[in-house]
Amino acid sequence: MADGGEVKLLGFWGSPYALRVIWALKLKQVPYDYLEEDLPNNKSSLLLQYNPVHKKVPVLVHHGKPIAESLVILEYIDETWKQSPLLPQDPSERARARFWAKFADEKCMPAMKAVFCSEGEEQQKAVLEARETLKTLESGLEGKLFFGGETINFADVATGYIGFWARIVEEITGTSLIDAESMPSLDAWSKRFLELPIIKECMPPWDKLIELNSGFLKMYLASLK
Amino acid sequence: MGEELKLLGVWGSPFSRRVEIALKIKGVEYEYSEEDLFHNKSALLLEYNPVHKKIPVLVHNGKPIAESLVILEYIDETWKDSPLLPQDPYERAIARFWAKFLDEKCVPAVWKSCMSVGPEREKAQEEALEFLSTLEGELKGKKFFGGETVGFVDIVANFVGHWTGVLQEMAGVDILTEDKFPVLCKWAEEFQNCPVIKENLPPRDKLLAFFKAQRETITNFYKNKV
Repeated sequence: MADGGEVKLLGFWGSPYALRVIWALKLKQVPYDYLEEDLPNNKSSLLLQYNPVHKKVPVLVHHGKPIAESLVILEYIDETWKQSPLLPQDPSERARARFWAKFADEKCMPAMKAVFCSEGEEQQKAVLEARETLKTLESGLEGKLFFGGETINFADVATGYIGFWARIVEEITGTSLIDAESMPSLDAWSKRFLELPIIKECMPPWDKLIELNSGFLKMYLASLK
Repeated sequence: MGEELKLLGVWGSPFSRRVEIALKIKGVEYEYSEEDLFHNKSALLLEYNPVHKKIPVLVHNGKPIAESLVILEYIDETWKDSPLLPQDPYERAIARFWAKFLDEKCVPAVWKSCMSVGPEREKAQEEALEFLSTLEGELKGKKFFGGETVGFVDIVANFVGHWTGVLQEMAGVDILTEDKFPVLCKWAEEFQNCPVIKENLPPRDKLLAFFKAQRETITNFYKNKV
């Protein structure tokens, strides 16, 4: 019993946060209209109307009602469309999934951004810190195939972007973040997750992601001068 | 029922008080354990929250849960009486949105406005005013963020409802004032007078004295953590 009604997603092809919402919608086979935002400089009036507080993507609009913040959107999607549940049933397992989703967003991603935006000695220090956060994320896997155990769950969908974002930063900056030797479990998980058919088919082309983020880095460095 | 429920907290922390408020609203019994965060974290804390080594940590039947927002959701899902979050998925999403906004925007900005120095403080003050203004807009004539009664967002907003007043007095700054934020100030008053909240807030004068005396220790402790 799929709840019909309009579902719109305002996104940006290069945004990992929009991507994880797309993953969730695809996993649940929820049909939706996708609206590409022309970021960063040409936000649509619709986006500004639907997310006046942050003016960011993704925004999910369901029956005309907007929801912003991708983790909030993921929870909404899971509660609204009950097929292929993302969060487990057990409250302590749910808490565990939410914990790691938060950790990736609040610790891993900012640490990787710090690597991206620094140079020389500062960057070396940032790399060490980022690797610490990734090592900790690995501990959340508890040696299993996925955060969800044998199959993916909310935490995999929420944190999966870390796997490819780390590689983007690695390629552009020439650093090593997820190292197969010191983080075998995380390394294997990230590759395994990104190979899943539904996940893989939504991924933007790799060279375009590199080009986009290289461009962002150039802009950022220029702004410092 | 043989359930074991323990909360590791700190009397002056808004994050740990949120959890206590939630448990009290639900009428759930628990054992409280005060942590000495600055000087002497307990072995239990380090075992139960190895990732962040922070409070609050709720331990239910031996299983630890960390991060106050995660704990609040856990409490709401485990004890179904007196729900904290609304029933409707859209309303729940709105509540979660504002809880995030409070923790990711309001709390750091207000904190830095009072605890930082120089340009960082000035920038934080500008941001704090902007964020509180946004928050005030969300109240829009309701008694509480949760409507007629205290809900999820009100609990999460305890930092605004109680700690902000204390911090700004200690720092000698004007952020949450009646002339600037009449709606939010009225809410703060209602919030603080609510019986279940009132019983679970650290006394204002004690909190003020604590922040005054500990300002330097706290600033160093929380550097890069907020």
